[in-house]
Amino acid sequence: MSYNFKFDVLLRYVPEILQGVFLTLQFSVITMLCGLAIGLIVAMASISPLMPLRACARIYVEALRNTPLLVQLFIVFFGLPSIGIRLGANTAALIALSINMGAYGAEILRAGFESVRQSQIEAGRSLGLTAGQTFRHVVLFQAVKTIYPALASQFVLIMLTTSVVSSIGATELFHQAAFIDSRTYRSFETYTLITISYLVLTLAFRAFFAGVYWVVFVRRPRR
Amino acid sequence: MIREFADADIVYLIEAARWTLLLALTATVGGGLLGIVVAVLRVIPFRPLNWLAIAWINLIQGTPLLGQLFVFFFGLPLVGLSVDAWTAAALSLSIYASAFFGEIWRGSLQSVSQRQWEAGAALGLTYAQRLGHVVLPQAIRISIAPTVGFLVQLVKNTSLTALIGFVELTRASQIISGATFAPLPVYLTAAVIYFIICFSLSQLAHMLERRLHVAR
Repeated sequence: MSYNFKFDVLLRYVPEILQGVFLTLQFSVITMLCGLAIGLIVAMASISPLMPLRACARIYVEALRNTPLLVQLFIVFFGLPSIGIRLGANTAALIALSINMGAYGAEILRAGFESVRQSQIEAGRSLGLTAGQTFRHVVLFQAVKTIYPALASQFVLIMLTTSVVSSIGATELFHQAAFIDSRTYRSFETYTLITISYLVLTLAFRAFFAGVYWVVFVRRPRR
Repeated sequence: MIREFADADIVYLIEAARWTLLLALTATVGGGLLGIVVAVLRVIPFRPLNWLAIAWINLIQGTPLLGQLFVFFFGLPLVGLSVDAWTAAALSLSIYASAFFGEIWRGSLQSVSQRQWEAGAALGLTYAQRLGHVVLPQAIRISIAPTVGFLVQLVKNTSLTALIGFVELTRASQIISGATFAPLPVYLTAAVIYFIICFSLSQLAHMLERRLHVAR
């Protein structure tokens, strides 16, 4: 059996692919920011002295981390309209992604808070720094340095995960694959090309984050 | 025909969950065998093979699983393999799992201190004896908790095979949802079934982690 691979017919669709890349990055950045905002609230609840708050945070994290994103997406997009909440595909996708990311973000941030030792805070205070100064100059830098690698790899993970939202018709890079496929009937070539595009994005962002880490944390930060 | 979401549908979903478990189990076995190869290629003292393993891991971990599924689903027929959704799903999930298992097991192997190797050599053990009696037992103990932890990811990721038409729990929910027009209860039921499977696995991973750490 012989099959002629034709990647050249896809060249015409480079603008569509680039547009898809842009949309995927847009989804990833918004998801990351909203997810971290939710995660911060949940992380603070999870270390609060109030038992009910801690319990809620734990239920949130466990429920979201132990069910597939695809099912969460279907609940938001197909399920919520039956109780009167109608969302567009892109909005539903962003909500599901952010809620999902919130659970992972909460765990990363909590680990960050807990990583800074109490003695560091005491040292800052005994040098005469105020609580605010101690937080800014002592705690924050160390905490961010600790969680930075986790956040960087989480961003790449989100970028790859956003491909799932194409299943409800949200417009991003993987959605473009379905579009190009429907125009060219070159399914294998199309999906290979799109998959490789993600690889390029992943490698580029890993290099970028490693560079930022080096500049900010490895090279001596100026006082 | 539109009908109510009934008890029989819940039974249908639970039965579909067996396919989710079977797929995860297949990927665990297939990915496990391939993962051993990846881990070995990653640690043997021969650079080109190390690079090959690193390239493999980066290729799999740097692309979306959904993309891998579609490439296999459309690609395998081109090389003359008859392909149904099950084959494509089992194959791509095994390959996906191999990259993660390979990395987990490489980490476990390398976390066994170099001194353990030296101690074995000082006792006059051969390389195979050192590996089999000294290093592997410790590495396996370290690797069990993260391996079970990854199984949670694997079970959740089987849901993506619904998108190439393999009927497991998520695809079954889509079908029931289409027949009953009751998406909310259907997908919530599916979520509960996934939760029961995944939560048990993650609790098991936590338990193993605690137990194996204390014993060390």
